Parts: sequence; structure tokens; C-alpha cells
Amino acid sequence: MAKQSNEPVLWALFSAGGVMAAFVIPVHLFLLGMAFPLGWIPAPSYEHLLALVRLPITRLYLFVLCFLALFHWAHRFRYTLYDGLQIKHLNELIFVCCYGGAIFGTVLAGYLLWNFR
Amino acid sequence: MSDARPTTRYTEYHPRWYRPRVSTWWWLARWPYLKFILREISSVFVAWFVVVLLLQIRALSRGPEAYAAFERWLQNPLIVLLNLITLFFVVFHAITWFNLAPSAMAIRFRGKRVPDLLIVGTNYAAWAAISLVVAWFLVRS
Repeated sequence: MAKQSNEPVLWALFSAGGVMAAFVIPVHLFLLGMAFPLGWIPAPSYEHLLALVRLPITRLYLFVLCFLALFHWAHRFRYTLYDGLQIKHLNELIFVCCYGGAIFGTVLAGYLLWNFR
Repeated sequence: MSDARPTTRYTEYHPRWYRPRVSTWWWLARWPYLKFILREISSVFVAWFVVVLLLQIRALSRGPEAYAAFERWLQNPLIVLLNLITLFFVVFHAITWFNLAPSAMAIRFRGKRVPDLLIVGTNYAAWAAISLVVAWFLVRS
């Protein structure tokens, strides 16, 4: 089965995404979702963020973050549905939805970051 | 070579296997099961963070007005609440991930296994350092 041979690659992406997510998402989310909107810490200005995201290295970082985090989600969520809800008979559909979603998000991130002025 | 194939036919009948039906809600039965499912569910919040990040990038590329609208959206109490829950889950993911690190990578140094505590400690130190670097880039206004 072709699907079985994909499994190590998908697992490696899950694992790399897990490391990436564990190291950087908490601080990003704390600042972006809590500290800046609630005024605990002054939010960075539009110009500062624009200058930051215009740097190719920042865009590469953001792309890798989106790509790995999404494939981490796809793999883990797939198995949550398999094991948690015991819906193994929907294997193919879940597989397509999870990795399809991850590919869609990755392409979207690539498009947004590549065309960033 | 002969084309003769065994003509044995197996009947479909076999004694019924003993398979107790597991409830869909099996993971509510014990705390370790619930913790496992919560850890797995954290992935949904990782994905939600990517959505917020992509919205931010899109708003940034569309100009100052679009970005101001994005910042107002982030101040919506419902979004703040959702992000608070997300923060809980991504921190839960990070802690469980780092605590599992010694099992995932058994590092040997001079023939001896590096103590688990050292690997976990290194991960937490790296987490703190990386968080400071990210904050340093973002907080300067």
C-alpha cells in the first residue's frame, strides 16, 4: 500500500512540527493574542512589523513555522479522530481532509509570504 | 509447471471473536486517558495559531488600515478568550513534548546514558532562550 510507505515522512513532519510548535508558538501566542491586545505590553507598530516581515529570513521562518505546524496538526488530529472517536471506517476521508487542509494552508502561507511587498 | 491451484474453499463462518465494545467516550474514564486526548487535541489549537498568523500577514500586506482592523479583531473578547484557551493548550503541548524528549532521544555520552533530567532541563532552557529571542524581535516598537 502506498499509504504505508508515506507514514515515516508524515511522522517526521509531525515530529518536526511538534518541536517547532513547542519552542515558538507559546511566546508568539502570548504576545499576539494576549499581551498586545490587552495592552500589557505596547504592541509593535505597523512599520516595525512591516520592516520585519519584509526581511527574507523572517518570511522563510514564518513559512517553515506554518508548514511544520500544519503538518503536525494534520498527523495528530488524524489519529485523534481514529482513536478518540473510533471512526476507522472513514480513514480515507479523514486522511484527505487533514493533509489536504495542511497542504492548502502551506500553499496559502507560501503565496502570502512570496508576494509580500 | 502446472496451473493446478488448490481448490480448497474456506467457509466464511468462524467462531465469533471476543471484542468488547469500547465506548466512544472511553477517554473520559481515567485522568491519564483524558490527558492523552487533551494532548492530542492541542494540535487543533496549533492549527488555529497558524490561522491567526496568516490573517496577520495578510493584514500587514494590505496596509495600515487593514492592520488596524486586524488589531481590533484581536481585542474582541471572544477572540481573546479563544486565544487564552489556545495558549493553555499550546503550553500543555510544549510541556508534554519536552517531558517526553528523553524517551524520544536516548543520548549516550561516553557509553553512559545522559540523565533524563538533563535532557528535559536543556529543552526547558532552550524554550526560555528562544522565547526571549522571539520577544526581543517583536516587542521593540
